[in-house]
This record gives sequence, structure tokens and C-alpha cells, in this order.
Amino acid sequence: METLEQIKARIEAAAPGARVEIVPNGSPANQPSLLLDAGHARAVAQFLRDDPALAFDYASNATGVDWPGKTIKEKIKVKKMVEGVEKEVEEVCEKKTPAYLEAVYHLYSMARKHGPLILRLRTANRADQVSLPSLTPVWRSCEFQEREIFDLYGIHFEGHPDLRRILMWPEFKDYPMRKDYVEPDDYEYEPTPHDAVLTRAREHYPGGTPA
Amino acid sequence: MSAGAISSELAEPAAEHQLLEVSLGPQHPSTHGVFRMDVSLDGEVVVKLKPVFGYLHRNHEKIAEKCSYLGSIPYTDRLDYICSLTNNWAYAMTVEKLAGLVAPERAEYIRVMLSELTRLINHSALAGFLLQDMGALGTPLMYAFREREKILDLFESLTGARMMCNYMRFGGCRCDLPPGWIEQTRSLVANFPSFLDEFEALLTGNEILLARTEGVGVLSKELAVNAGVTGPMLRATGVNYDIRKVDAYGVYGRFSFRVPLGERGDVFDRYMIRILEMRESLKILEQALRDIPAGPIIDPKAKLRNLRPKPGEAYGRIEGPKGELGFYLISDGGPNPYRYRIRPPSLINLTILEDMCLGQTIADAVVILGSVDIVLGEVDR
Amino acid sequence: MNGLGIIKGMIETARNFAGSYHDPQRLTTVQYPEQKLPPVENARTIPFLVFDGDEAMAGLRCTACVICEKECPPQCIYIVKDQVKKPDYVGKMQMQPKVFDIDISVCMSCGICVEVCPFDAIKMDQVFELSTGDRFGKLLLDKHQLAKPNDYFVKIHKTEAGEIDVRREEDKLKAEAAAAAKAAAPKPPATPGAAK
Repeated sequence: METLEQIKARIEAAAPGARVEIVPNGSPANQPSLLLDAGHARAVAQFLRDDPALAFDYASNATGVDWPGKTIKEKIKVKKMVEGVEKEVEEVCEKKTPAYLEAVYHLYSMARKHGPLILRLRTANRADQVSLPSLTPVWRSCEFQEREIFDLYGIHFEGHPDLRRILMWPEFKDYPMRKDYVEPDDYEYEPTPHDAVLTRAREHYPGGTPA
Repeated sequence: MSAGAISSELAEPAAEHQLLEVSLGPQHPSTHGVFRMDVSLDGEVVVKLKPVFGYLHRNHEKIAEKCSYLGSIPYTDRLDYICSLTNNWAYAMTVEKLAGLVAPERAEYIRVMLSELTRLINHSALAGFLLQDMGALGTPLMYAFREREKILDLFESLTGARMMCNYMRFGGCRCDLPPGWIEQTRSLVANFPSFLDEFEALLTGNEILLARTEGVGVLSKELAVNAGVTGPMLRATGVNYDIRKVDAYGVYGRFSFRVPLGERGDVFDRYMIRILEMRESLKILEQALRDIPAGPIIDPKAKLRNLRPKPGEAYGRIEGPKGELGFYLISDGGPNPYRYRIRPPSLINLTILEDMCLGQTIADAVVILGSVDIVLGEVDR
Repeated sequence: MNGLGIIKGMIETARNFAGSYHDPQRLTTVQYPEQKLPPVENARTIPFLVFDGDEAMAGLRCTACVICEKECPPQCIYIVKDQVKKPDYVGKMQMQPKVFDIDISVCMSCGICVEVCPFDAIKMDQVFELSTGDRFGKLLLDKHQLAKPNDYFVKIHKTEAGEIDVRREEDKLKAEAAAAAKAAAPKPPATPGAAK
């Protein structure tokens, strides 16, 4: 397989306007990934599948990841006027990392027996702009997996032939795999003798448990 | 008359025909677990089929974010609960990639042996269940399970449990082989081919089996590759992709074995490929039993408690008995994984269930589902 | 000839049927509960606490370090530490558990608590006839029900118990030798300025 830099150059040549970035990977696994922008993702995917040298005809895994924003406190030195004298003072400034949902695709090639190539697509934020283009028209294996990402994370895939909940029931409201998911406290209606579960159940059923 | 003779023109019913909507509901002996198929039938021919699952969804991926890396290993047993050791190996391999641990040789040989024994139990269970779905009322099932019991006894004497083995650890295995285990395995491997011959004499020439499986549920190569189908189902269509040969993970590069390929991609090819794969597994087992070295069984750098890999991510995959089982782990430096994802082969193989069943009768739909080889623990996690 | 495959299959079935009268290979049913399979040494069902000697609570090896509670994946162990300490087999004072409950309806027999215990105090039992009529009360075992003597441990896990006993004997001898050496050492000279 060609190196990521070569693939990036070829993608940018084949799909003009596509913004591709290489995301490094800190672990010993040595699997860096390509970050694509949402507008050109489908064109890039088409190129990756149809190009004879790359021939990524098999999308092995499509998964969602939730990155809620974190506030990092950093100490920086600023020049400030303190009692008339200019001094360098350390100030604590807060930075927020961006919050987004991410869809990660692992591609392999059955024709050329190489891989993996890892693609990442990020949404703009976690609240309202949560739509990404669906890669199901390119690789049919993403069909159920994108439905699962929609079900558990809430990313809306445009162009998906049948986007509905797959593991949870259709009337379910929340997105369980997000980091800020609060589980309902009434599902264990037969409390077993665990203190935490008993207290929760007692609070939820003040008149005694129904079981 | 095989069901494949019905043309696909019947997919568009005439105006005076009304479609019968049946839910092959979650409690059904032939659906291999709590699995539901909403089928629309025109007479007996399937016109639309939507698989519905999620009845066994336990959100293992979220539980793993609260457990440590070690604590998730018993949960991986319960994914594909028939083949627990291959699930353990896929997870252990991914964590080893993430943390930079290397398993010693003896541990790798033990892993290969247990993985091939798991392939044997899975394929014999599948052959039994497939014949059961076709109406063979339990005889092939019981013959297959008689052999399976012998392998499960081997697992119990080594790992302590028959099904939920919880044996692989990061950097090797949990404990060493007890005395006498290698001899027992050797005698089992020597007797297994006679069971396979008996099984084939019972079934493979059987006219009823041939009539019910040949030409049923045909899958083309291009659709299989595009839909991400892996495992024996993919090789039945003729695509030569076996991760044991492609990635050569562990010490699989040292063993010589063949990869059986099918021609037509129908149910009979999938069934025969599994029987042939069992024979190849026996070859690998003989070679591994002959060559297993002495030595340590766990990486000395591996920590049991409080493993904190450096921040990063890793994707590791193995050729499980059902297909490609992959784990994708993202670590943020803490003792628990940040994102823990399982790539389930049974779920991805179900993508083209509808395509294979259109135009077939409802009885064939059950047989096709049996040949896909799903386990709901893996589909729903 | 059409039907030959089916006839060959029937011959196999007939061979198994006739063989089940005289061949142990073909008759594999164990008539439980009149007959029982021999227990396997490595088998694991639920954990139990090991105690040395005759007194269960005095000889309990557990020191309430709560490592097993932390590592248990389904969190089925509940430990409350006791303020009273007791000596262990080498004579060192260790803490003990006031409450040690295992909820065996939750326990999944993974054996991780056994692997991480640094004191060989908790081991896997082999009993599987555990069903009771009361789901909530009888399936929560406390430390009196969990404590079993070391002789029982030796009976069910011969090799492992053998190694552990050998190691504990060596440690005890070493501790006794160290204590004897300390007692026989000459007393240090009295410091000047001490009470005289």
C-alpha cells in the first residue's frame, strides 16, 4: 500500500476541493488516519474504491466516536501593568477543545490484500449540526453500521437508503453511547440487594416497589 | 424442484394479489436467537424481508468504558457465546497493539490451537443447527454435539469453564497447559476425521439436503465484497480472502493449510465449505501440537491490574469462525478505554439477507438464515 | 439410483443405534443425578474464602485489601473493613473484613478476583447445585457461608493448593527464623543520659 502522504496527494488530485488532513496516532499500533471534510467525502470514497492501484473495495468497520469538549486551563505569561511597572505575570487562561461527533471508517482491499486505510468524518458540533454524508451508496457494508451510529450517537447520514433505529426500539428518544447520556433510573424494577440500586429504586417508587 | 426456479418477476405482485405480512418473531426455534424478520409474502414467495434485532442489546460498548481493560475480557466471552476464545483473542490482540505488548511463542501456539478448536466447535454446531432448521429433527445435531462435548471437556480442563472461557490475557494466556492436555488433544485430533467421515456419509449425499440447498440463496461475488461479507459466506462465493492468510497474525504464517473456496455461493457451498474448513483446522492442529515450544506464557512487561496504554487508537482483527471479528479501541491514557467498538461479523453478514431471500419461498428463507450463521450475542452486543 | 444418499444415511443411524447397546463411544448419556461426572480440577463456579486451621473467622486469610472488589467486572463483591486487626500466618497484624458479601446471582464466574488476590484468600469453588427458592435473600452469600477450610481447598484444587501450602510453610519458617534471630541478638548498650 502507498504511504498516507501519497494517498493524500492522489486524493487531492482526483477530487479537487477536498480537504484532507493526516491525523497521527500515538499508540504503538501505527495506524494514522485521514480526516476528510464532509462535502467531498462521497467523491473521495468513490475514488478510493474505483482507483485500480488502491482498490479499497471493502469497508470493514464504520463506527462513531463522541468527543465532548473539554476546558483546558493553561498558564501563559502575559505582559501586564502592575502598579505602574511593566512585568511579566503568569495568567491562567481557559481554552475549550472543540466538541464534535466523529464517524470513523476502516477500509481494506480484498483485491490487492492491503489495508487498513482509516477515514474520519467530523460533524460541526454535537447539538444541531450533526449530519454527515452517508457512504452506503459506495460501500453497502456501511448500511447497518451507519444505522447503528445514528441510533447510538445521533449522527444523521444524508443519502442513506433506510435511516432508522436499529438496536433500540423506534420510539426511544436519547442517544445511549454519548458521553453525557443519563440512564433512566426505573429500569431495574426488581431490585437485587445492591445498595445503590436499592436506594435508586426506593426513590423512584416511594410507595414500595411494584414487583 | 428447487426454489431457485421461481423468477424474480414475482417480486412485483399483480394488483389482485394481497401481500401477507408475517413476523418471524423473536421467539422462534429457527431464528438462532432473539431475531425477528418482517417478511411480506406473495403466496409463499418472499417479496420483502426486513431483519429486526436489538432484543439482546446489552450495550457492552458502554459497559467497557466503565470497566478496566482486564474487566472487559469476561464480557467479550459473551459476545459470540459459542466461540468465546476467538473473541478473547481478538480483544487481547487489539490491546497488545495498543499497548505495545508481544506475546511469547508458546502463548501464540496455544492461542492458535484453541482458536482452531473453537472453529471446530462452531462449525459442527452450525452444521447441526442448519440440518435442524431443515427438519432433520435433531439427529445430525446430536452427533455434532457429541463431538463438541469432547472439545468442551478439553476447554474445561484448561480454562475452567466450558463456554465462557476468559482465558487470553494481554501479552499471553492466563495459565499453562495442565499435564496430559496435549495427549488428550492429540487423541481427539486423531479421532475427529472419523466423525467427519460419518457426518458426511450421513448427510452430504442426502438427496433431500441437496434439493433444499443447491441453488438456494445465491450470492454473487461483487455484492458480497461490497456488502462487507466475510468468513465462510464470502469464500463460498469464490473470493479468496482469509485473514489468517492475508494478515498472518499470531504464528499462522508457519502453518500450511488450504483455504476452501466455493463456486456458486449457495447454501450448499456454505455448508460444504464449513465441513472442509474443519478438515483444514485439524491439519493446523496437528502441526501446532507437533511444534509447540516450551517457555513462558505471558509477556513479562504485561501488567494484570491498572494497565494504562498511551493515548492512541488501534484496530485489530482476526478470522473468527463466523467472519472477520474486529475490535477498535481508543485510549486516552486512563485505565478504562475511551471508545471500545466491536466489529461484529454476524451483523455485517446480515446486510444482504434480504437480497438473498427475494424470490425464494419462506421455507428457504429459514435455511438461508441458518447458513449465514448468526449469533445474536454478537449482532446485538 | 435416487435415494442412495438417504439409504447411506440410514445405515449410519442404524450403526449408531446398534452401537449404543455395547459401545461406550455411542452411548454418551450420563444419568444425572444418579451418576455424576468426575469433577475437573480447574473448574470454576463461584468464589469462596479460604481459612487455615479450625476457626473460620480467626483463620480467614482475607485482609480486606478490596482489590477483588475493585477488579470484579460486574461489581458483585461488597466489603466493609473491620477496625480490629488480627495476626496472619507469619504473625504480622493485618486488617480483616467485617462484611464480605458476594451476590452469586450477579457473579459471572470469571475468576478475576482469584487472579488479582495477593493473599491467596479467595479461590474458585466447584459446586454448581446452588439453586434456591428465594432469589434475593439466599443468593447473597456472606462471609460465614463463603468461608471454607484449607483442607477443602486441597481436596478440590490439589496442585494449586499444594504449591500455595509449600510457599506458606517456607514463609512461616523464614519469619520464625527472623524472629528468633532478633530475640537472640545482644541487646544494644543503654544510651548515656537515660533514666539512671
